[in-house]
Amino acid sequence: MSSNALPGKQAARGRSREGAVYIRVKGLTYFYNRGGQSEQAALHGVDLDVYKGEFLALVGPNGSGKSTLARHFNALLTPFEGTVLVDGMDTRQGEYLWEIRQRVGMVFQNPDNQIVSSLVEEDVAFGAENLGLPPPEVRARVDEALVLTGLSEYRNHAPHLLSGGQKQRLAIAGVLAMRPDCLVLDEPSSMLDPSGRRELMDTLLRLNRSNGVTVVLVTHYMEEAAVADRVMVLCSGRSVLAGTPAEVFAEEQLLRNVGLELPVAAKIACRLRRRGFLVPDGILTIKDMVAYLCR
Amino acid sequence: MINVTIGQFVPGNSLLHRLDPRTKVVCVIATAIAVFIIASWYEFALLTGFVFLSMILTGISAKIFFRGLLSIWLLLAVTFFLQALLTPGEVWFGLGFLKVTKEGLAGGGQIFLRLVLLILIAFLLTLTTSPVNLTAALESILAPLRRVGVPTHELAMMMTIALRFVPTLLNEADKIAKAQRSRGAGFGSGGAMDRVKGLLPLFVPLFAGALRSAEELAVAMEARCYRGGANRTRMHSLTLKPEDYMTLLITFAILAITVWLRYT
Ligand SMILES: Nc1ncnc2c1ncn2[C@@H]1O[C@H](COP(=O)(O)OP(=O)(O)OP(=O)(O)O)[C@@H](O)[C@H]1O
Ligand SMILES: [Mg+2]
Repeated sequence: MSSNALPGKQAARGRSREGAVYIRVKGLTYFYNRGGQSEQAALHGVDLDVYKGEFLALVGPNGSGKSTLARHFNALLTPFEGTVLVDGMDTRQGEYLWEIRQRVGMVFQNPDNQIVSSLVEEDVAFGAENLGLPPPEVRARVDEALVLTGLSEYRNHAPHLLSGGQKQRLAIAGVLAMRPDCLVLDEPSSMLDPSGRRELMDTLLRLNRSNGVTVVLVTHYMEEAAVADRVMVLCSGRSVLAGTPAEVFAEEQLLRNVGLELPVAAKIACRLRRRGFLVPDGILTIKDMVAYLCR
Repeated sequence: MINVTIGQFVPGNSLLHRLDPRTKVVCVIATAIAVFIIASWYEFALLTGFVFLSMILTGISAKIFFRGLLSIWLLLAVTFFLQALLTPGEVWFGLGFLKVTKEGLAGGGQIFLRLVLLILIAFLLTLTTSPVNLTAALESILAPLRRVGVPTHELAMMMTIALRFVPTLLNEADKIAKAQRSRGAGFGSGGAMDRVKGLLPLFVPLFAGALRSAEELAVAMEARCYRGGANRTRMHSLTLKPEDYMTLLITFAILAITVWLRYT
């Protein structure tokens, strides 16, 4: 985690476009069960750059290859064709494997199936312990990760007694204790209730904006994608659209064709426009909408 | 729902919490041996005093210990009465064919006390030691076996994960049972064969779910750089402190006294 905090949202947005590339995906093609009877192409020649310090949302219908792509970012899967470079390191080269996994942390969908230990702080320590760090260093990182995720007061709790949102923050803390540059989250909020989702998004935005952690969020909630710096749309293993949320959500027809909807606020803005109201472009979140209506 | 909190770690900062988990494991074994050796009521008094003192030192409410004992009251009661009724000797109290003998009463009382002491001793360990520390201690104590090919780290990791998933699986079983019941499945009725058959709709989804969980957990562990025991450190490094040596000394002194009293 870099200690130089990013000044704010605007700066982060400006930076993300020309900032340094952190993960470079070039012509990535991946098959499940290669050569087998049920060979299944999951990604076809996907190109993507993830910039250092940005918040990237990955959206797409079921089975479009989002999870497959996400698992390439920390070498849980490696490409059949094309390359994935993490800070210049090729994920196919075994000698970088553990360095890549330390730098790019991953949080999964089901909070219950990624908790290893029956005590919160010991679970947070798991990844840091695997790095072979000296015990006082592990302790310090665990404390730091618990503070960053707001779980300090639960350090001695049993994980199965936490709420869904807290469990996902625990999973994030476990990754943060490894001091990664980048967090990849695969539909982390799909098993959470609305308040758990809000908790999780607040934590992610805070980590991204004030701690400079690069975030890649796979989601099927368009409201979550709307607050990202950039959105990429996948469909049938191909990248069909990428850009700022404003650019992506302006393509209503294309999104509808691949089976996605606009964020609620954008949908309302769109309908108002159709009824002849002069609603400006770029209203994506409820906040934007309120700001416009109460101007 | 089955209560799984019995005997589970209660965080704290007492002397017993601070002891090295290896010390506690060794002391628990030594004390348990002593419980089997003792025969006279003096020795029972000595050991009961030692266990009670340790319980007070944990700073954990006696209620928690007591609740654990309550959960096995049936076992305690049955062993006591069997012993009291079936031991031949001087009849102290008779009711038809049931005869309570003096020897039986004494024997039953001793067995009862022995069981209670054993359980309290086990609780002294599990209530003051987090599961991870407990498995770390076992891994460290068993470490010499590594040389003869016993996968000690893997065994310890399996135990950690098993302990972690017990509540999750019980929860899951409860959910599945409710879901199946709401579709008209009846558990726990009919003959033995029917009952076993009735459990199938519970176990099949439970096992399928557990396998899926195991697979996902393996990927999540790999993503967090897990690659076996080599090169791995622990947040709580195990170090023996002066109080550990003191505790070991006292415990072994007590074991020595009981051995001496018994065999001289
Ligand atoms: N383990 C696997 N074995 C075989 N095929 C798989 C496997 N995992 C995914 N697939 C297939 O690969 C394609 C992409 O799957 P992927 O899981 O990446 O999609 P996704 O966008 O994450 O979908 P979802 O929104 O459902 O999570 C799908 O067609 C899927 O059926
Ligand atoms: Mg997926």
